Amino acid sequence: MGYEFIEGNEAIARGAIKAKCDFVASYPITPASSILHYLLRLVPEVGGIAIQAEDEIASMGFCIAASMAGRRVLTSTSGPGMSLYSENIGLAIMGETPMVIVDVQRQGPATGSATKGAESDIQFTRWSTSGGLPIIALSPATVGEAYELTYIAFNFAEKYRTPVFILTNKEIGVTKESVSLDSIKLPPLVERKRVPTGQDRYFPHYFESAEEVPAISDFGGEYVARFTTSTHDKTAYLTTKPEIIQEMIDHYAAKIDRAADDIALVKEDLEEGADILVISYGIISRSAAVAVRRARAQGRKVSSLVLQTLWPVPEKVIESAMCGVKKVIIPEMNMGQYLVEVERLAPPEVEVVGVCKMNTTLVSPEEIIERGGLL
Amino acid sequence: MSTVKYKTYMTDAIGPLPFCPGCGHTPLIKALDKALVKLQLDPKEVVIVTDIGCIGLSCRYFITNAFHGLHGRSITYGCGLKLARPELKVIVLKGDGGCGIGGTHLLNVARRNIGITLIVGNNFNYGMTGGQHSVTTPTDGRTTTTPWGNVEGPMDLCATAIAAGAPWVYRATMFDKDLPDVIATAIEQPGFAMLDVWELCAAYYVALNELDKKELFSLLDGLSFERGLLADKPRPEYSERYWAAYKAGKSTVKKKPPIEPKYANTVTKQTGIFIAGSAGQKIRSTATLFAEGAMFAGLNATQKDDYPITVQTGHSVSEIILSPETIEYTGINSPDLFVLISEDGLKRVRSQVEKLPETCILYAEEKLQLPETNARVRRFPFSRIGRDVGRLSVAATALGTMLADTRMFPVEAFAEAIRRSQSPAIAEINVKALSAGAELAAKGG
Repeated sequence: MGYEFIEGNEAIARGAIKAKCDFVASYPITPASSILHYLLRLVPEVGGIAIQAEDEIASMGFCIAASMAGRRVLTSTSGPGMSLYSENIGLAIMGETPMVIVDVQRQGPATGSATKGAESDIQFTRWSTSGGLPIIALSPATVGEAYELTYIAFNFAEKYRTPVFILTNKEIGVTKESVSLDSIKLPPLVERKRVPTGQDRYFPHYFESAEEVPAISDFGGEYVARFTTSTHDKTAYLTTKPEIIQEMIDHYAAKIDRAADDIALVKEDLEEGADILVISYGIISRSAAVAVRRARAQGRKVSSLVLQTLWPVPEKVIESAMCGVKKVIIPEMNMGQYLVEVERLAPPEVEVVGVCKMNTTLVSPEEIIERGGLL
Repeated sequence: MSTVKYKTYMTDAIGPLPFCPGCGHTPLIKALDKALVKLQLDPKEVVIVTDIGCIGLSCRYFITNAFHGLHGRSITYGCGLKLARPELKVIVLKGDGGCGIGGTHLLNVARRNIGITLIVGNNFNYGMTGGQHSVTTPTDGRTTTTPWGNVEGPMDLCATAIAAGAPWVYRATMFDKDLPDVIATAIEQPGFAMLDVWELCAAYYVALNELDKKELFSLLDGLSFERGLLADKPRPEYSERYWAAYKAGKSTVKKKPPIEPKYANTVTKQTGIFIAGSAGQKIRSTATLFAEGAMFAGLNATQKDDYPITVQTGHSVSEIILSPETIEYTGINSPDLFVLISEDGLKRVRSQVEKLPETCILYAEEKLQLPETNARVRRFPFSRIGRDVGRLSVAATALGTMLADTRMFPVEAFAEAIRRSQSPAIAEINVKALSAGAELAAKGG
């Protein structure tokens, strides 16, 4: 088995190509720029277009339209770019556009520390756009997972016709690791459901039950296609009828929320009789792994959940793992952005402790043990 | 006589056009329909992209594809469609308001020459939101946000597009009899084409400024804005240039063979290593080769780098972790090995050096003035040896010394990593520097 020594950003680019990504538009930003650099070279090799856009708004605009014309699209940025992405994220939700959005998070707010890591955008990603409708977000912990989850993000995007976010971190994006990408097992590639040929006409948002994901006909395909930012019916014509508007809103929410179990990627390491549960995600889950191992070596009974899916919140797995524990510890490189999600799920008798730090440095295993009260 | 398949590209399925009586959008949209009839394009191969504003209502009345997006961003959607499917005819309809908020997209589509057609329904104010002033409102023009007259100057959209490189630009008015033909010509352009159509906004601008057909023309004359065909300089469209550049380019993706472990190692625990030097000393790339050498010896590795944004100046510091086990926490709380090559590097890591534990071995360039430290200090003439072998090889020398001294894995594994990545000529120099470093270790520091 052969190894490579590559950074997380390269793994994301390679995962995208593995997922048959053939359209990329991004604007340079530290620490995400190298994703664009890799893809500018890799995408034309597979017959696709990769372009540096004039800003993050244009990056999103190019990608949304290219996706509706049948391309498998990715765009990448960091926190300040996410602010500009937010304008078009709502459009992608409204038009049910499959797309992968990578956020290599850095220390915010504002320009913050451009070259330093953080998990600044966990809640921003969920609530970035008007309307508050659900999106999907995945968080890799290693360079290998950056590859794997980018590939899976394309599958989710195409399957659910939705923007899917990769919430990575400078600490993975520009850290090199020894990894064997070829040995990573990937699920089969998912293509978007397309409208069969020979129909009378095309309904861009056709569904029978609210959670059903409508089939697409690409712009330039067999049918005349329509796309609109405005409230619309299943034909994508503007509507002002409250009952139809509500039906569409219910549909956008249901297709993600009711698929939460399918989207939930969680690594469970549960110990019988544990009184402490550590819930972690991203780069800090690796500090948590060290902390949990040390605690167990000292005879402490500890369970661990590592969340690869952050949105929608894998509520069932979290609730089930919290059964019987006295304390839940959540270490994060922010001021407790996921803590609030766990707090709302925790039974009243369970103590929820955040180990929060937002000073550009990793939360160390020692900090989890000491500040979390793991030992 | 050829048969005309499409007599109109419009549908009355949702009723007549919604614009106010006297609004310029109505004749413009009808002229677009006539242009499409003239061209007899397949409706499936035409996309009408609309911006926000009254003109954004119009794509619903066409039997072609329709894409209605956010305010000011219609050009970006048009470009995305055109880049994804160059065979599509993409027509973007936008108002003067959209040209203001999306100004950068106008400049960039003109500069890039992406082959979309942009038609601006330019009526000097925002109709949909209540008649506020826009980037094209004439000076002294009255709008709801310029109650005493506009103190700003109007932007000449055509001159702006031309300055940005638009190959085909035309200024028309809603009253022009040949508007359908002009639109058809614009659509037929292989590159970016912009048509600025001056219109009356019956609801607001006309009402507040007593503008009529005659006044519209005198407004144009007064501003010295020219009409008619203002640019006609075709040049290759973006996609054509993209693929030509790619095919002609020498820079293809180089694939290196994977690293198959084949050497032994003596590393028993996670080991944190710092290498600190100056920009231009190849610190980061040599650290990568060192880590890859460790991988040839079956070790796991991580690497993080620290350097100023102005990359060719100041410090360059790499952090390497080697471990026989999976590396989880990637921070180095207490370094095991520290290599210090230059003053810039020392300046950056001075406080860390002061705190190094006695378990740490510090390999330092002999000329450096070191702060007090508990680390076991070993001094070597890295820069002198590195300079003898090659200016850019001081890092290979220093890491060669550290490797030979610690015997973590064979020097030959490091050499193999160098040969895997570098051209034979460069690799030879670096392997020589590496061996010189190893010899330094043998002599003792």
